[in-house]
Amino acid sequence: MFETSLTWNDTIFLLQGAGTTLTITFWAVLGGTILGMLFGLIRATSPWWVNAPIGFVLDILRSVPLLIQFVLANSFKSILKLQVSAFTVGCVVLALYTAAYCAEIVRGGILAVPPTTRRAARSLGMTYTQDLTNIVFPMALRVALPSWIGLTLGVMKDTALVLWIGIVELLRASQVIVTRIQEPLFVLSIAGLIYFLMSFPIARLGARLEKRWREND
Amino acid sequence: MIELKDVQKNFGSLEVLKGVSLMVQKGEVLSVIGGSGSGKSTMLMCINGLEPIQGGQILVNGTDVHARGTDLNKLRQRIGIVFQQWNAFPHLTVLENVMLAPRKVLGKSKREAEEIAVKQLTHVGLGEKLKVYPSKLSGGQQQRMAIARALAMSPDYMLFDEVTSALDPQLVGEVLDTLKMLSEEGMTMILVTHEIRFARDVSDRVAFFHQGLIHEIGKPEQVIGNPQKPETIEFLKSVL
Repeated sequence: MFETSLTWNDTIFLLQGAGTTLTITFWAVLGGTILGMLFGLIRATSPWWVNAPIGFVLDILRSVPLLIQFVLANSFKSILKLQVSAFTVGCVVLALYTAAYCAEIVRGGILAVPPTTRRAARSLGMTYTQDLTNIVFPMALRVALPSWIGLTLGVMKDTALVLWIGIVELLRASQVIVTRIQEPLFVLSIAGLIYFLMSFPIARLGARLEKRWREND
Repeated sequence: MIELKDVQKNFGSLEVLKGVSLMVQKGEVLSVIGGSGSGKSTMLMCINGLEPIQGGQILVNGTDVHARGTDLNKLRQRIGIVFQQWNAFPHLTVLENVMLAPRKVLGKSKREAEEIAVKQLTHVGLGEKLKVYPSKLSGGQQQRMAIARALAMSPDYMLFDEVTSALDPQLVGEVLDTLKMLSEEGMTMILVTHEIRFARDVSDRVAFFHQGLIHEIGKPEQVIGNPQKPETIEFLKSVL
């Protein structure tokens, strides 16, 4: 017979952690996507002397392990005596990290639009901006969406690293419970299940959009 | 009227147009023939300012295309161009493809734009395909859609850049029929083409391009029927 010491309160605690995970993911993906679209657009359309410095900074954000970025940012916060919570630091760092990846996705999507198609748009008298908004962005979106969904799911799992700067999210919450009731397999299975339940709808949504668009292409 | 005066165009050190002069009157159909890389297509790009020029002058309705301060977006509304690759907007239906520019560029209401688009699409024989996405069309149909899309701006001139070159042989006819119909309606057209027989049928004049220069220009009976220069004779022998 299966028995567990996991109490109702523990379950609530886990769900609260899951809520934190979702909240951080939300802010990181929102901020990261907005910044990423901006940087991606600049990267795809600017001359090299604008492009190179931005590309360099984004490369750093992409290549330094996220854990190090969290710890460094949190230490800087203390050194500079900034009055912000660890939660904010976590969101900002993760948003920048997301932005660095998102910028490359957006850039790739924009560059995937054939120059001849853009030329056709301009030949109809559309301005540069009209071409971007009516032709380039919608076409780039279709190219970029699968990677963007992948990025979002990745970021959701990367939020687990914020436990290193003292935030109790889903993984940290399950660790706390494991330490007390000593049932790691069971508790981690539940945590894994919760991660899956949070990711699955996003993946499904992406697949549905993709399918709808593919029917037209 | 479209007027080219001693137009020169380089891509880096490569001279593509070496002083081309040409005049196309309202209502005229001019076909431009010549080998690949002779500068025919580049000339079309220069006429509506998609490519800058390095020397000479191009006047469209008296406006200097390449002068500083010329509003190219405005000018391009007067000049329709259809490319070898039909360049459909894949995320829009056939109807939306044609409606887009009238709405965004001319500021037409949705109803007006739809009316124009339906009329032009029916005109080129795509009245049954309004709600379909371009990917569901054949190459010939997509090319006719591109023609309707350009016509929807009610341009004064239509430029055609080898519009049948990328099509399967059995689809060429339907596009040529559309071009023929336009010429009979009195549209002013410059037609860069490899379809020599077709050029002879529909053109008022034919220009033979060779190495960035017009070698012969005149009535089709002359240039195609009775060419004078050795280059023209050589070219026609190779394609006919």
